Amino acid sequence: MTLAAELKDMSPEKLLAPVLSAFWDEDRSWTLDVYRRHDGYEGLRKALAMSPDDLIAYVKDSGLRGRGGAGFPTGMKWQFIPQGDGKPHYLVVNADESEPGTCKDIPLLFANPHSLIEGMIIACYAIRSSHAFIYLRGEVVPVLRRLHSAVREAYEAGFLGENILGSGLSLDITVHAGAGAYICGEETALLDSLEGRRGQPRLRPPFPAVAGLYACPTVVNNVESIASVPAILHRGKEWFRSMGSEKSPGFTLYSLSGHVASPGQYEAPLGITLRQLLDMSGGMRPGHRLKFWTPGGSSTPMFTDEHLDVPLDYEGVGAAGSMLGTKALQCFDETTCVVRAVTRWTEFYAHESCGKCTPCREGTYWLVQLLRDIEAGKGQMSDLDKLNDIADNINGKSFCALGDGAASPIFSSLKYFREEYEQHITGRGCPFDPAKSTAWADRTEVNA
Amino acid sequence: MTTSSSERGVSLGMPELPAPAYPDDVRARLETDAREVIARYPDSRSALLPLLHLVQSEEGHVTRTGMRFCADMLGLTTAEVTAVATFYTMYRRKPSGDYQVGVCTNTLCAVMGGDAIFEELQEHLGVGNGETTDDGKVTLEHIECNAACDFAPVVMVNWEFFDNQTPASAKRLVDDLRADGRSRPRAGRRCAPSRRPPGSWPASPTSGTGSSKRAAVRDPLPWSA
Repeated sequence: MTLAAELKDMSPEKLLAPVLSAFWDEDRSWTLDVYRRHDGYEGLRKALAMSPDDLIAYVKDSGLRGRGGAGFPTGMKWQFIPQGDGKPHYLVVNADESEPGTCKDIPLLFANPHSLIEGMIIACYAIRSSHAFIYLRGEVVPVLRRLHSAVREAYEAGFLGENILGSGLSLDITVHAGAGAYICGEETALLDSLEGRRGQPRLRPPFPAVAGLYACPTVVNNVESIASVPAILHRGKEWFRSMGSEKSPGFTLYSLSGHVASPGQYEAPLGITLRQLLDMSGGMRPGHRLKFWTPGGSSTPMFTDEHLDVPLDYEGVGAAGSMLGTKALQCFDETTCVVRAVTRWTEFYAHESCGKCTPCREGTYWLVQLLRDIEAGKGQMSDLDKLNDIADNINGKSFCALGDGAASPIFSSLKYFREEYEQHITGRGCPFDPAKSTAWADRTEVNA
Repeated sequence: MTTSSSERGVSLGMPELPAPAYPDDVRARLETDAREVIARYPDSRSALLPLLHLVQSEEGHVTRTGMRFCADMLGLTTAEVTAVATFYTMYRRKPSGDYQVGVCTNTLCAVMGGDAIFEELQEHLGVGNGETTDDGKVTLEHIECNAACDFAPVVMVNWEFFDNQTPASAKRLVDDLRADGRSRPRAGRRCAPSRRPPGSWPASPTSGTGSSKRAAVRDPLPWSA
């Protein structure tokens, strides 16, 4: 291959597949007018021409998998809703994006809220629901404003309300603001919170598809999953399947952050690698090299520079020992102390543990005590096995995945960077200078 | 010789008297808003989080009076309301400044400079985490990941984004807030004080549109205009 051809292969046009983010840079991209100029609400027309069961089958055939972290097939979730049961059905969109490093749904809702609303109408038609909710985390006021205004526009245009586009479908959407609790991103805790309670996970079964909101059949989907549906309908499942792999088809948002030259949202076919994303976007910040990164937020086991060529899809990342999660690619360079990073994440999990399950509530507390000591140079070598042991006693032993997420950075950092922990213990302190990791460390004009 | 518990300022365990109610005019105004919020949900209890946001916007923090109001509106006990209010970090339980300045110190922002920004702001303002400046303008706190990692380090003022901060820019920002300046967040709007001016409710973009459908999308948060 010639050099020119190689360069072409690395071009953004070749690697990226902007769909949801295609017009984020347009003036007033969040308005109905702009959305309709980009074929907005065309997918809905196609969906309403199908029967609800055919629609579910179509989404299932497209191979769309949940973009909130778990990767469960979206169409299958819809199919689990019992029909003809005489109970109300609900769609609840999980917009509680709070996983450290994850920053895709918030910009998506900020720049293109109508893709979510259109997707919700399609989903509600499929599962026979007439009331849907958007559970948005409370701490993002500008996004709340955009969502309210988009929902209002959709009512005024006849996309919400009674007898939508003459289809007989009636639908109301309620925008609901949370109040600051990471645990509410867990679907059953989210439902409890939406019912006006403390957000604590429920024991499953029963699953939300059988007994969800108000004990009625409920689909809980991530923002990006639902927002991807209109394009699948409008452009076809074959088009969707032409991207990604057999088991992980389609496009998705990758969030690049940290010590990289060009952080941001990169929408690409599933299976792209971090090396490709970095090559295309300018790499790490000048003069530095990648040390460790997360493929899907802090709850997914970390990777190192050995994993640059791992295909970022559900199977590829899983085979390499982590999880695709939310595709939050937090990249840290050689100036960053792993112990500091893991300590801070663990403090987060301890703060956000809802307290319902003992292993998570107590375990995260003790992890923090040990890690703070190690970071401060007051640790002992035996603490490292103790960390592993406590993490092992949390992992898989609680109602929800928060505890598993807390164990991930511990396990993975001890696996790849045990020496660095030992350095903190033998050297009686942290060998890193935090000033070198800051965004302004290499700027000539300090504190500009 | 032992000191009596009252001298030590320790409660004797006597139950507190019920919280005072809002003045009639305030209550009437809040009730109108609360009923619209409640109407959005198939089950009234779902309105509890929005109602707590509503009473917090009235007084700047969630008071016992505010919780009593929520309980009355929803047919709950004040204990049930308190249990929920104390679970969520956005509900403040003590008075705070006009501007909530939150510095993200979760791992990525902390490493990229959030820790340095938080440290310098504490020194600059002479307050610690969760404390308010003497002039009552700024409450400083560290916050968790707010989904803007590609703009790290992130600072939020009354939950509006201020991206790519440095210690110097953050100090300028708080100085400006204390002088009621015109700092603009990403969305290009001025930050509204966290407590709405008396009588300005409702200030949402969809207010006054009349139909129940529109009411269903109205926002209980005062800073949502």
